[in-house]
Amino acid sequence: MDALFHASPFTGYVYPNETIIPWTVLIVVYPYLTGLVAGAFTISSLYQVFGFARLRPVAHFALLVSLCSMLVVPLPLLLHLGHPERAFNAMITPHTTSAFAIFGYAAAFYVILLMLETWFVFRPYIVHQAQKRTGLLGWYYRILSLGSYDLSEKAMRYDRKWIFALAIIGIPGAHGLHGYVGFVFGSLKSREWWSSDLMPAIFLFSAIISGTALLIVLYVVSCKLRRVPVDLPCLKGMAYTLWGFMMFTLLLEGVEFASLVYRGREGIDVIMEFVKGPLIVPFFIMQFGVGSVLPLLVLTFLIWRGTTGPALVWGIVGSAILVLLAVLMMRWNVVIGGQEISKTGKGLVSYQPGILGREGLLAAALVLTIPMALLAVVVRLFPPWEEAETSTPSPVIL
Amino acid sequence: MDDKEKLGKHEKERRDFLARVGGALACGAAALAAGAAASRATAATGDAAATSEPPAIPDHDWTKHRWAFGVDATKCIGCLRCVEACKRENDVVLDPHHFRTWVERYVYLEGDDDARVDSQSDPVNIEASGSKGEYRFANRYQDAKVDKAFFVPKLCNQCTHPACVQVCPTGATYKTEDGVVLIDHAYCIGCQYCVQACPYGARYFDEGKGVTDKCTWCYHRITKGLQPACVEVCPVGARIFGDRNDNDSPISQFIKNNRVHVLKPETGNAPNVFYVGTDKDVN
Repeated sequence: MDALFHASPFTGYVYPNETIIPWTVLIVVYPYLTGLVAGAFTISSLYQVFGFARLRPVAHFALLVSLCSMLVVPLPLLLHLGHPERAFNAMITPHTTSAFAIFGYAAAFYVILLMLETWFVFRPYIVHQAQKRTGLLGWYYRILSLGSYDLSEKAMRYDRKWIFALAIIGIPGAHGLHGYVGFVFGSLKSREWWSSDLMPAIFLFSAIISGTALLIVLYVVSCKLRRVPVDLPCLKGMAYTLWGFMMFTLLLEGVEFASLVYRGREGIDVIMEFVKGPLIVPFFIMQFGVGSVLPLLVLTFLIWRGTTGPALVWGIVGSAILVLLAVLMMRWNVVIGGQEISKTGKGLVSYQPGILGREGLLAAALVLTIPMALLAVVVRLFPPWEEAETSTPSPVIL
Repeated sequence: MDDKEKLGKHEKERRDFLARVGGALACGAAALAAGAAASRATAATGDAAATSEPPAIPDHDWTKHRWAFGVDATKCIGCLRCVEACKRENDVVLDPHHFRTWVERYVYLEGDDDARVDSQSDPVNIEASGSKGEYRFANRYQDAKVDKAFFVPKLCNQCTHPACVQVCPTGATYKTEDGVVLIDHAYCIGCQYCVQACPYGARYFDEGKGVTDKCTWCYHRITKGLQPACVEVCPVGARIFGDRNDNDSPISQFIKNNRVHVLKPETGNAPNVFYVGTDKDVN
């Protein structure tokens, strides 16, 4: 039987009700997932909207990564709720003053947008399969084709317009959804660690780097699985994107932290105690050192030396894995860190996650693997690769 | 207002991990398919707006009262009867992690600039009481040289601009016309955003019921003309309660005759618990 709650040890003085951390590791996973969604969508949009041709090999794959991650986003929230069966209350009677009331609508809107864009992008493939295949899969593609087998130039032009429009709407959609997750934390005045105007921007930039890093890893893994050579210009394009946005992310995080310390409002003593103690390993070593500075140096070195071949591939993949770790730690340090600093300003709580149980580490890990499992199925139904029979519409170049 | 009957005992409500995952997956699938879910006007709008439908309480007109609470910290002796009475009156989980009200002890030792603070839920005090449901302050400073010491009772401030009501995504928590912030336990989804938003640590999550809970100033009692349980049992009159619409009520007199202050006024929440006799370290 799962324990009803885990009380946390504390030092100094904390309010009696604070000894149970309200938002657990599942709420760490939630913004991590929405970040991957926004980041992967950014790569897709760089090709579809801004015409970054070198990202073409991953553009459609990015869309599928975004969709598969987005489908799982509600899961950590539902697992966390005391009454998941009442989750619809927030949609039936959304309380308009709540930063969270809009989530159901925003998420539903974005899922529909992603599904629509995916449908338009893969329509030629769906039509070909519907005409070619028999049996259950044949039926599947025939239903998905919605009865239209028209692949004429006129129809494709129409499709391209839709893809372009959806990709444009998706940019504020994806980034709005994630920026607003930052607002959920940043708007709370009860916690000094969260209460920052920069929080939505920090969430956004870290989202872009996490999505890009995930795409780098998945793309190279998929190339190895398919036994095809890695498209180096495409990989380098993603590495440049990663490098550029990492600079912004680090800068914003630095400015935010400096402001917090410089303002030095009530409770800063206990915050500094937190920074110099429990935060050393998860923040300074894992998030900042190993997860940010090291990959940034490696990427800089690779770009500067003009490295190519396998060294370039594995250097970029290694950096991307470290960035994925850094962003996960960033979510952890924000979500858990904020709750470890007591509202009394006089004490620190120490969150100790359980392994098993509804809100344990295992459940969180499971939630993070579901998008990958989904993706493994979806790429077989809708192959996003160049060599597949997709005859995908090329982007509208402005 | 009370939904205790519906909720039953904690133990009965425990669900195992797989059942949760199954239920959550089903809800997740349903949530994704519901882009066009019907919406209707929210029951409670505005950060401090009252719900438009008053509860059906016989002989209680909530437009005619403006409840407020006073704490005279100079009188509190730290006996903790209030905490125990509250737990029993309101079916609060009997452990040291869930409280609708609590008492803090501030001790300035000779030479110290800052107070040493603890509450009845401190492990040392729990060990001294020998019980997780009955509370005592351990005599931990008996050999120290104490410059100054006092107790401060804490409870929900029933703020005029409650941050908890502002952030509730469903409107399950709302402010009544007579000034109390309540939670509809039959509607709360248990997201705990309100627990995060309260600057005073007044809210907790009841894991057994799957909903958040907090002090209601014993709304079920005050609407029948009774005092909140903690006020009723306080042997020294450190807790004062009444109707600010009545000039002669104990609370109106307390506010008039003392220089009162509220906790954390900088949050803009405008609390309605008025304090006398606290000190620089109390927040």
